[in-house]
Amino acid sequence: MGTRMMPVGAYDVEAVRRDFPILRQQVYGKPLAYLDNAATTQKPQGVIDAVSEYYARSNANIHRGVHFLSEQATAAYEAVRDKARAFVGAADRSEIIFLRGTTEAVNLVAQAYGRSNLGPGDEVLITTMEHHSNIVPWQILCEQTGAALRVAPINDDGEVILEEYERLLRERTRIVGITHISNSLGTINPVREMIAMARRHGATVLVDGAQATAHTRVDVGALDCDFYTVSGHKMLAPTGVGFLYGRRQILDAMPPYQGGGDMIASVSFEKTTYNRLPQKFEAGTPHIAGVLGLGAAIDYLQEVGLERVAAHEEDLLDYATQKIAAIPGVRLVGTAQRKAAIVGFTLEQVHPHDVGTILDREGVAVRAGHHCAQPVMERFGVAATVRASFALYNTREEVDALERAILKVREFFA
Amino acid sequence: MSELRDLYQEVVLDHGRHPHNFRHMDEASHQSVGFNPLCGDKLTLFLRYEDDVVQDVSFQGSGCAISTASASLLTDAIKGKSRAEVEELIAAFLDMLTAESPPDPERLGKLAVLSGVRDFPVRVKCATLSWRTLEAALGGTDEVTTE
Ligand SMILES: Cc1ncc(COP(=O)(O)O)c(C=O)c1O
Repeated sequence: MGTRMMPVGAYDVEAVRRDFPILRQQVYGKPLAYLDNAATTQKPQGVIDAVSEYYARSNANIHRGVHFLSEQATAAYEAVRDKARAFVGAADRSEIIFLRGTTEAVNLVAQAYGRSNLGPGDEVLITTMEHHSNIVPWQILCEQTGAALRVAPINDDGEVILEEYERLLRERTRIVGITHISNSLGTINPVREMIAMARRHGATVLVDGAQATAHTRVDVGALDCDFYTVSGHKMLAPTGVGFLYGRRQILDAMPPYQGGGDMIASVSFEKTTYNRLPQKFEAGTPHIAGVLGLGAAIDYLQEVGLERVAAHEEDLLDYATQKIAAIPGVRLVGTAQRKAAIVGFTLEQVHPHDVGTILDREGVAVRAGHHCAQPVMERFGVAATVRASFALYNTREEVDALERAILKVREFFA
Repeated sequence: MSELRDLYQEVVLDHGRHPHNFRHMDEASHQSVGFNPLCGDKLTLFLRYEDDVVQDVSFQGSGCAISTASASLLTDAIKGKSRAEVEELIAAFLDMLTAESPPDPERLGKLAVLSGVRDFPVRVKCATLSWRTLEAALGGTDEVTTE
């Protein structure tokens, strides 16, 4: 980073690609077309360097050492909190809790918030298109508290039916959990409108942002949500790191999620007092290197510019949708008006798993399966789909490679 | 492409498209459901096993070409066999896909067409799903997953 010069205005995808060393390789003798970005994105050199330089030069534990390295590590770690705050538009740095990712964030909210605020007769409302990680923690919570889980349906294009969603918002709806962008369908939900509706009914709202932050600018202040979850590995950062944004008054009132070091102010066998935010929710030694990598990923995305990324990906989405839909036997699964660059489809007579294997041998990496969204598969009457998902470094040529590979599958199974 | 041809041999594609014994069985003495949580595939295997002979065997469900062909070939291979013979076939089939040693055509007969799956580690579970389900059915277990 820093060495790359990108002219203002033009999007130079080749320059972006040069920042991602993993993309310079062949698989099975074919250039790699990595189209599995909804599963995890690749990492730019700046992120890889941030992680390795931390271990090479400044490895130390944070918030506790009196020595030079520990002070440096603490300062670097806390600086990323400021970056993350600005990145999602939070008001206060103490509203950013570093965690493993979205899964841990939803579990934290379900347990620390949900368990002390829900009881029998209360309701949690989600949608059909949620990832399993925004379903199962609520099911566990409902089992523990006697609350009931409600599910807002989606239409044949994979959009939440807003009238149904609003009808399901009732007096007893305490928590609403909705995804910003669906990982299986690509749908961009009208989250702002959905949050406003939920808040009118007095519900606390969590938005699953796992698929959003590498592709669109997020502003939790404008969204007016109570919680927003981020998975670092889906936005160019290392695996095992992410964060939860939480509204300060709510986080303050919540009991801790896990007990341990760092989350306490003082401990005795008679009485332990908890640390202030955000440390109250960061028990134990965190993934320090991962957090530093996340900081570098945020820098990178800011430098390239999320608006330009979004425009580039929209072009790829239009191009890919048109190419893939034109292939005989293809059925698109997920055709919302507003979509992220995710194209899910099935191919007549050929199981997605077989499609995936043949695409793989052509150098095209996609996902074939249920995408941790089995209720979505059921809604569309399929066991699985093939999913091509794009990121800032993908090109039209890679879409062409995908198209050629799908045509090969058809030939193969004809 | 040649490894792909080894994986998807004509016989495999045929069984995948037109599986044998693909039907429900009302009078089954043994049955079990197999899941592959990785891809959401699911199949039910039905057996009518009497007088130490597999009198009839069938399956239903949705799956990829490999899992469907494997189940179809399974039904052809075990019909009329004794329990000991079936168990030997299960062992031979699982060995073919998971053991280090090269497959033994003597033990496998027609099932050897699936030996190409060895070169596609992520697909081994597709091929073994029906065989694990058969093991479960004979052992009296209603459900099995490949994980
Ligand atoms: C929409 C959505 N929510 C949640 C998750 C879970 O995220 P993680 O595995 O990073 O915790 C994913 C990723 O698989 C996702 O796509």
